Amino acid sequence: MGVSATNFSRSGVSDWIIQRFSAVVLALYTVFIVGYFVSHSGLTYAEWKEFFSCTAVRVFTLLALISTVAHAWIGMWTISTDYLKAAGIRFVFQTVCFLAMFVYLAWGIEIIWGV
Amino acid sequence: MNQKRPVNLDLSTIKFPLPALTSITHRVAGVILFVGVAFLLVALSASLESEQGFSEIKSAMTSGFGSFITWGLLSALGYHFVAGIKHLVMDMGIGETKEGGQVLAVLTILFGGATVVLAGVWVWA
Repeated sequence: MGVSATNFSRSGVSDWIIQRFSAVVLALYTVFIVGYFVSHSGLTYAEWKEFFSCTAVRVFTLLALISTVAHAWIGMWTISTDYLKAAGIRFVFQTVCFLAMFVYLAWGIEIIWGV
Repeated sequence: MNQKRPVNLDLSTIKFPLPALTSITHRVAGVILFVGVAFLLVALSASLESEQGFSEIKSAMTSGFGSFITWGLLSALGYHFVAGIKHLVMDMGIGETKEGGQVLAVLTILFGGATVVLAGVWVWA
């Protein structure tokens, strides 16, 4: 009650759409990466490095990373508002989740594009 | 909000229908994946850093205790994937009845369970 201002986009409908869009991106990325591993059973460092130096792979990975952060935030927010009734604990939980998403995003971009 | 509304918070007195159980499992798998992303980023970072990092991560993920973490994360991903597809199917208006929900919950368990088994085969076979 009255906590909707802390959700992802201040609107349940756009949260719903973002959750579906990010889900489809993540499903496609999962199939893509699992397919890569299955078709490269004796994967070497050189192949792996070359795979991730491909711009298309980097862009798709970045899109999946952004989708992960958005998707996880909406999911964790939903869970926290469903199960954590004490406002203080819920606030701390959501803050920790938010910081983790931020770290995932910044760290992930650094990994994908190198320094 | 009516503060005197009837509530029943003793979960042990509630019999959960199958769709409720598949839904809570979807949430649990989602939380596992949220934490698991940290492990995946460590693995991605080390595997791309050097030849040595790559082989270290490869053996860490495929042997001993690490192989259970790999299997656990793949299982959570597989189940969450299947349960998510179920959501998208229901968004299209398929299986929105009580019976339909039951059928889709059974299918989620069957296909989700299959991904858990396949993940185990992939990691250890």
